[in-house]
Amino acid sequence: MTTPAEGGQLRRLGEWDRPSIRISIDGADCDALEGDVLLSALLLAGRRVRDSEFGDGPRAGFCWMGACQDCWVWLSDGRRVRACTTPVEPKMAVLTRAGETVVG
Amino acid sequence: MVERVVIVGAGPAGVRAAQTLAAAGLRPTLLDEAPATGGQIYRRQPAPFRRPYKTLYGFDAAKARQVHTAFDGLDGAVDHRARTLVWSLEGQRLCLMHEGGTENLSFDRLILATGAMDRVIPLPGWTLPGVYTLGGAQVALKHQACAIGERTCFVGSSPLLPYVAYQYARAGAGVAGIIDTTPRADKLRALPDLLAAAGTGAKGLYYMGWLASRGLRYRHAGIPIRIEGESHVTGVVVRMAGGRERHIACDAVAIGYGLKCEHQLADLAGCDFRFDSSNRQWVVAQDGVGRTSVAGIYVAGDGAVIRGADAAELAGERAALTVLEDIGRPVDRARVQKIDRRIAGIDRFRRGLETAFAYPHHLARDMADHVILCRCEAVTAGEVRHAVTQLGAHDINRAKAFCRVGMGRCQGRVCGPAAAEVIAGALQRPIEAAGRLRGQAPIKPVPISALADAAADLTVAA
Repeated sequence: MTTPAEGGQLRRLGEWDRPSIRISIDGADCDALEGDVLLSALLLAGRRVRDSEFGDGPRAGFCWMGACQDCWVWLSDGRRVRACTTPVEPKMAVLTRAGETVVG
Repeated sequence: MVERVVIVGAGPAGVRAAQTLAAAGLRPTLLDEAPATGGQIYRRQPAPFRRPYKTLYGFDAAKARQVHTAFDGLDGAVDHRARTLVWSLEGQRLCLMHEGGTENLSFDRLILATGAMDRVIPLPGWTLPGVYTLGGAQVALKHQACAIGERTCFVGSSPLLPYVAYQYARAGAGVAGIIDTTPRADKLRALPDLLAAAGTGAKGLYYMGWLASRGLRYRHAGIPIRIEGESHVTGVVVRMAGGRERHIACDAVAIGYGLKCEHQLADLAGCDFRFDSSNRQWVVAQDGVGRTSVAGIYVAGDGAVIRGADAAELAGERAALTVLEDIGRPVDRARVQKIDRRIAGIDRFRRGLETAFAYPHHLARDMADHVILCRCEAVTAGEVRHAVTQLGAHDINRAKAFCRVGMGRCQGRVCGPAAAEVIAGALQRPIEAAGRLRGQAPIKPVPISALADAAADLTVAA
């Protein structure tokens, strides 16, 4: 069950009464809610979305409206998606680092 | 032959344009990246969410509902294509991407109602997890019922600053501080213009008063110095009005300095631009009723000029009426005059806003060399200055070629305004001299396969 995790960046303020959707983030199970976008799911579970390609540290999105392009992640099927505009779907397997694969 | 009119953007401007064209018997195509109409300001929450309009949109609940129902009432009279990105424009054709597939769409007339995003001024620590735009903080709340942190510090100079802080406090989120870079004297100076637009100006005062009544002090003339934290935000250091530095503990920062137009498609279309010195940004040149310098291309809403949602609704309708005039359809002259009068009234309010929430461009011009200016490519302000003073870059496009500022995935949407200030500062010339960052296709990232498909489909390859 996803709660407003101690380590999560976001705080849910309402709309709890939605069906749960199980996804995975870097291989770890994570329960999001129907209607969540991936950026929310990632930031309720943690504080990082990806790493800067230039070595200046973690990033976690910025504009939430598809403009800044700072929240692109990978799905295990090879697709790249922008987390702030991509709704969670059952069994979505998100990878926050390039080239990682999840066994099983 | 029925004219094929395409509208890009389904916010207040695009929806009113579509409605107006549909009422005249045309069947416009309305393209938008989002799953539902409304744009950013009247963005609809996802299907399973249940909050009422009043909770989502506050004082603007009635307006949001009107824009939504206006569109929903059109039923089949508009060819609405949601979740559709327009990523390029070639002559009279648009390149679209929908669900990973591409398609080219021809048009006779095109109304660009592409909206706006926050303008930001980078500062140390702004790429840390937990830092978001004011508009982004609002989207998280409105669209996802989430706060961007346990305790958020709101920083900048923007009508969104008191509004989003109020929305957060009202929704039960922690507010660590509200820091407005504009001095209080400027707010007072702007009051006559702000109150000229009856209800709208009063709303801002209400938000500030409401926050004060909850013990949340709205501080003027505070300058954010740096955002602190290792792997995420732990605080922000602010130089207060008296000159004293103060550390505000928080785990999130929402920042913004007004809005900037999203005008990449107008750029690809070859439209002329002009520099709007009142808010220091390039805007698409137009005749005031939507016509750009390119025949058949029109602009409306905040993508054309920043004046807010009410003006966007009017400008969307006005641009559609201009289209109807241009194709020889009768239009209601009385309605046209009424719209033009109301837009003129809002322009006075906009001048007030630009005083009340002044853009502190010196913060960009004077940013320290080590600050990351372009977050896509991690280019520092010092590298940009080096490109100007040592490599001879005489404008922003040369600087981009030399040091990659603005070359990343966002194409300078985020860093562009601040980069122009840094470059103008290094050139010791006025901001216009830094030039305008040119856009290029694709205006947002698309898979290589999409480019190949579209090129095969176009006589002129992308």
